[in-house]
Amino acid sequence: MFEIALRSLRSRRLTVVLTIATIALATLMLLGVDRVRNETRTSFANTVSGTDLIVGARTGSIQLLLYSVFRVGNATNNIDWHSYEKLAKDPRVAWTIPVSLGDSHHGYPVLGTSHDYFRYLRYGDDQPLKMQSGHEFSHLHDVVLGANIARRLHYQLGQKLVLTHGSGDGALTEHADQPFTVTGILAPTGTPVDDTLHISLDGLTAIHQGWESGSASLLATTGALSADQDRAVPPPDSITAFYVGLKSRTGLFGVQRAINQFRGEPLMAILPGVALSELWQLLKVAEQALQVLSWFVLLVGLLGMMTALLVGLNERRREMAILRSVGARPWQLFALVVGETACLLVGGIAIGGALLQGALAIAGPLLRDHMTLLITPGWPTASEWLLMGCTLLAGLVVSIVPAWRAYRLSLSDGLHVAA
Amino acid sequence: MLIELRDLHFKWPGNPRDTLCIPQFSLSAEEKLFLHGPSGSGKSTLLALLAGIQTPDSGQLAVLGQDLAKLSAPQRDHFRANHLGYVFQQFNLLPYLSVRQNVLLGCQFSKLRRQRAAGLAGSPEKQALALLAQLELGDLADRPARALSVGQQQRVAVARALIGAPELLIADEPTSALDEARRDAFVSLLFACAEQQRTAVVLVSHDPRLAEGFDRSLNLSELNTASQVDHV
Ligand SMILES: Nc1ncnc2c1ncn2[C@@H]1O[C@H](COP(=O)(O)OP(=O)(O)OP(=O)(O)O)[C@@H](O)[C@H]1O
Ligand SMILES: [Mg+2]
Repeated sequence: MFEIALRSLRSRRLTVVLTIATIALATLMLLGVDRVRNETRTSFANTVSGTDLIVGARTGSIQLLLYSVFRVGNATNNIDWHSYEKLAKDPRVAWTIPVSLGDSHHGYPVLGTSHDYFRYLRYGDDQPLKMQSGHEFSHLHDVVLGANIARRLHYQLGQKLVLTHGSGDGALTEHADQPFTVTGILAPTGTPVDDTLHISLDGLTAIHQGWESGSASLLATTGALSADQDRAVPPPDSITAFYVGLKSRTGLFGVQRAINQFRGEPLMAILPGVALSELWQLLKVAEQALQVLSWFVLLVGLLGMMTALLVGLNERRREMAILRSVGARPWQLFALVVGETACLLVGGIAIGGALLQGALAIAGPLLRDHMTLLITPGWPTASEWLLMGCTLLAGLVVSIVPAWRAYRLSLSDGLHVAA
Repeated sequence: MLIELRDLHFKWPGNPRDTLCIPQFSLSAEEKLFLHGPSGSGKSTLLALLAGIQTPDSGQLAVLGQDLAKLSAPQRDHFRANHLGYVFQQFNLLPYLSVRQNVLLGCQFSKLRRQRAAGLAGSPEKQALALLAQLELGDLADRPARALSVGQQQRVAVARALIGAPELLIADEPTSALDEARRDAFVSLLFACAEQQRTAVVLVSHDPRLAEGFDRSLNLSELNTASQVDHV
């Protein structure tokens, strides 16, 4: 019986191939959307970990998250250096990472920070930052590159580069007088760190000396400031935001309240996990739309399969009558149709899964470069097995329609079938 | 008696009148019956009843002593697989199977016929080849069925109907697609094979010239009281 099914399928090669292709593409879509969705969500949730609070000037929590973590948009206000120093000294605080943004390099954000950035910042599953090569900045004009920047701009250790004042389209003036030297390149993290250039706060202050009026001063353009790598630089006036790690998470809300009610200036502390999930809620609509779309593609695929089977059935009434004449029971013809459909489905789903792996192998590097999304080919996840199972099940349910028709036809035709 | 039929009434669903109304009919084992009659007289309908595809509305229909009406539909299918070979008018074969596979289809659904085939020739496979050889198709066994001429296809159908030595072979106008020369050759080959394994034959045809060589020839419209009413 199984061999009959296989040979019968082989004799209808064109329809069969097209049907399998339809199912394969629908499966590819379904699995692909699911994979991208899950990886996006994970990589999203993994951008910051181990940080208890993020502090910035008072604004929306999502906005603060966007500029302090994702380097998207600008801070409305900065935090006064003295406020930062005061808050960092709170006995409940274990560590802080100051973050100063604003400059750029070829469109990539430049981030001024302290050595604590490399010590305390965590991402993913509590992973610390790792140097791929070189070491942290130690001099005024040292820069540590995120993994993507080094790869995309082909920068190597020891190479000199010039930062641009400001960011975005209007950023044209360069800090050409004070070039920076690449001293370190970070290992990839799959977070915005990969797209960031890190310099010391002092370095940031140094390149802006004489820039108070908004353009380079005579002092800056003559190059007098670039001469001394280790000259003393005053502390910055302000920073953009800072990350906070607490000694104990029990004090979390107390510290948050203290910061929100800080006297010196209007500040705000957010819990990164909470803010991330708020942001995710906003993005979820698009994600869900994509998911619904992929289910519709599957539905269309299955309906196409049903049409092909139903159309084929009329041409196969002869075949059914022959099988009946040698003693096949109507339910065996029902099973034959369901079995054939199962073959089509399993074939289509397997090919769809394989296509996904191929697509990921090809598109993986692209996604990594352009979306900071790390998706690698790999054995299907539990949720993907579930999706494939659902596809198979849905397909079998759909196949009941032509199978039932085969059953009815074989009963009413008996052995009488007009040739 | 191979077939015993008494006071049989059969009406197709949706038809106002009985199609078949047969007071008495019987067929003995190994008998070769030629059944003819005008179109619409119910020949194919009678064959469907004998094959257990349809069941009589009333009356008795026993094949091999078994009252078919007492069997469930799956049991009748099994009964057919075990004891009956069927040859259609045309398009008898599954075109995507080889000739040999088409023949083996005859015992695919019957363990009994596989055993009998093994008893006769050693294995179903061997009997299939023996029958094909006897029907002058020996060198075509591994051809795809669709590559055969109509006459060859009809002979393959005979091999399929006879494999595993069923008690009865039913053929509904098996020669209508053949020319005269091949028609006679077909019938004599059919007889030779059927006699060899003692299979009874009921062959339906419009063509009275075919009747030669049969044990008995029967006009269904004489047997069927319903069709006489039908033709008034
Ligand atoms: N599946 C069916 N459903 C309803 N009525 C049927 C069916 N098959 C046959 N009939 C009717 O039963 C009657 C006898 O048909 P049948 O096919 O048995 O005749 P026949 O003797 O085989 O004719 P022919 O020589 O043309 O094959 C006809 O009136 C036909 O319309
Ligand atoms: Mg007929």
